[in-house]
Amino acid sequence: MSLRPAPVRRWPSFQPGEAVKQIMTGSSHLVPVVEAQGVKVSFGAVRALAGVDLVIRPGECVGLVGHNGAGKSTIVNVINGGLSPHEGTIAYEGEAPGRHGIASARNHGVRCVFQELSLCPNLTVIENMRVMHRALNGWNWRSKAVAAITGKLGEIFPGHRIDCSRAVGDLSIAERQMVEIATAFADVGQKPKLVILDEPTSSLDASLAEQLLAHVRTYVVGGGSIIFISHILGEVLSTATRIVVMKDGRVVADRAAGEFTQAKLVQAMGSVVAEKKDARAARVLKSTAPILSLPPRGGRGMPFEAFSGEIVGLAGLSGHGQTDTLVDLFHSHSGNWLQRSNPAVAFVAGDRGYNGTFPLWSILKNMSIASLGDVSRATFVDSGHEAELGEQWKRKIEIRTQDMDNGILSLSGGNQQKVLFARALAVRAPVVLMDDPMRGVDIGTKQEVYGILRSEAEKGRTFIWYSTEMEEVCICDRVYVFNAGAIVAELTGSDISEDNILAASFTEAVASKAVIGGSIA
Amino acid sequence: MNALRSLVLKPWIWSFVATVIVWLITIMFTGGASAAGLSQAAFTFAAFSVIVGIGQMFVITLGPGNIDLSVPAMITLSGTVTLKLMGVDNALILPGLAIAIGLGVAVGIGNYAFIKLLRIPPIIATLSMSFIVQSMAIWTNRGIRIKPPALLADFTTSTLWGVPNVALVAFVLSVIAWVLLQKTVYGRWISAIGQSIPAARMAGIPVDGVRFATYVLCAVLASICGYMLASFSGGAALNMGSEYLLMSIAVVVIGGTAVAGGDSNVPGIWGASLFLFLVVSMLNTYGLGAGIRLVMTGVIIIAVIMVASGRKRGRA
Repeated sequence: MSLRPAPVRRWPSFQPGEAVKQIMTGSSHLVPVVEAQGVKVSFGAVRALAGVDLVIRPGECVGLVGHNGAGKSTIVNVINGGLSPHEGTIAYEGEAPGRHGIASARNHGVRCVFQELSLCPNLTVIENMRVMHRALNGWNWRSKAVAAITGKLGEIFPGHRIDCSRAVGDLSIAERQMVEIATAFADVGQKPKLVILDEPTSSLDASLAEQLLAHVRTYVVGGGSIIFISHILGEVLSTATRIVVMKDGRVVADRAAGEFTQAKLVQAMGSVVAEKKDARAARVLKSTAPILSLPPRGGRGMPFEAFSGEIVGLAGLSGHGQTDTLVDLFHSHSGNWLQRSNPAVAFVAGDRGYNGTFPLWSILKNMSIASLGDVSRATFVDSGHEAELGEQWKRKIEIRTQDMDNGILSLSGGNQQKVLFARALAVRAPVVLMDDPMRGVDIGTKQEVYGILRSEAEKGRTFIWYSTEMEEVCICDRVYVFNAGAIVAELTGSDISEDNILAASFTEAVASKAVIGGSIA
Repeated sequence: MNALRSLVLKPWIWSFVATVIVWLITIMFTGGASAAGLSQAAFTFAAFSVIVGIGQMFVITLGPGNIDLSVPAMITLSGTVTLKLMGVDNALILPGLAIAIGLGVAVGIGNYAFIKLLRIPPIIATLSMSFIVQSMAIWTNRGIRIKPPALLADFTTSTLWGVPNVALVAFVLSVIAWVLLQKTVYGRWISAIGQSIPAARMAGIPVDGVRFATYVLCAVLASICGYMLASFSGGAALNMGSEYLLMSIAVVVIGGTAVAGGDSNVPGIWGASLFLFLVVSMLNTYGLGAGIRLVMTGVIIIAVIMVASGRKRGRA
């Protein structure tokens, strides 16, 4: 299986500077709220931003779209001061780039509503206002905070029923999101000039989402700026004045919103593979009984099935039920009270720190833990046999260490991941579940592992592979696309392409949004 | 030099160093007169702490939040019930032991049932259990003090080649515990669970089964301790277990077992048990008042723990 790097397709008519000029003609007298130039950020070997230019002017709502890992959150974090760019500059309100940081960004009126809710759950709504707004001080800060937050909540979400003296933890997730949004827009001592909304509607229902979008539009007309990130493309198209498409840490399109349609956006987000991949015959596997199956999750969508010798991909936007499906599969096929003598499933963790490594142990113990039954006699671990197994896998998967007795944390992240792979592959289980296991793994290791997966699959093993990387999903024999916790599409053989997967990931969301659009129009 | 360095890196070494220092100080004070007697007494009383401490160590190894507070009540119940059932009949010694083990299994099952079915944290579950168990002990005992069978009383109070028999029993149990922890699949499993329950579960370890077995093991060891302690002291008393609540936890912590779980240590339990007994004897020898004695005991325990944990931080 050879993998060619996906060619980065630029938006046809896009020339750097041209889009900027286009906008400049209308509002050239306005000083940009934020101007990012040539911003580059890397996390270890992973390049998150590869030179991004982004200008935000007063009175515009910039829609920021792109699939997971395109760099949207990273650029937003650079703008709000949470991350410092390794190269390039950030200038607020036309000032020369100076001290960069959260405080400086806030002083220039940059506010952020995060995708992961960032309120303190044990404090009340009012107390959270105080945390966000330093200006709320003095003996009557509570009444000032009440006035500010209730005013703003009423303005954005008329008819809301949130009691501001309640602890945030007692509110529903939608109410928390509403409070967070109102807190960001609140005008206490200093007007917000740029509000960054990172997936603000993901936990709001349709009518609340429309209230928010309406508020965004009036706010922008009043001269404020918004950066709007959403995976619901209809929202972006209807709200943004300009849309910036990111892919692989670069801006690949930056044009007025009117020039985009939904189809064009999806196309711009994914790299269109120039030629068909080596046509892999959709293998005829369905004749036999499935080796694993699950009914539709929560009674919605399609059921899950996996057949012997297959690599099944789980795709879709992150956090839409893929990991839960893997965990369900594992739990329903392994004993919590007694270990089965013949394990049915093995698991490769993606979140190493949470459910992968045992930090106190050596590499060897970490590797052998799942197959202790095979290296022990009458419950006594045979250390010679164990060491042999370790050496065998060290050679096979090239774990880079002098001594398998070194601590697991002495290895780099990628090598720890290889140990977790070895742990799962050493188990005799016919099915291996993989929870996005290639996070932070370098390209060389990936190629090694892909090769092992392919050869093991040919021997009859089944792999169920959740990945957030398009190229990996495209190696699979069959792909289930998830949305909102349910399987919404099944792709096989040559239908597995970035375009189809992206389109399928939005199916449900787009469909439900279309209804709302209709009711409003 | 290398051997010395690897010895210094062992987490249990500090409890032994402290033990030897305290022993020397005490012997110096008495002019060497009571060396043999003091050592024998230390091994006898340490034996009981070791047996309870091993059980507690297995439970603490399961990770943060895992602790068995029903240990003292278990000791009392086992002591009262077995002595009552044995009467003073030598023939019933072994059935008595079997009953002690059975009681331990029952209480262990109860403990884990509380933890699992009612979803209460182990600290609350085992504390509630200890009230139930203690009440059962009061109900069985009714204030009557029954002597142990003569053979059993002799066994627990005599020595073999100068070593107290109870210490030999504790030693055998320690060796079994060490083998269990270091050499068996079960030992790997409890260490894995102590490091991360989600990771252990996803590595295919039967987490509930292992935790259940561990709580049962802890209760059984406490029960055996109660059986021997009652025989040793010539009868059960309703407060006989009370000092073992703190003791069982203290010997685990001083012995170098990680309180955060995942890393246990059998030799350290011996060092810590001997140390705790000798500290009290040393302060007694100096003829200090009860108040001062308690304060000093606390200060010395804290000092030993700080020395041991400071060394760990330096290495990391």
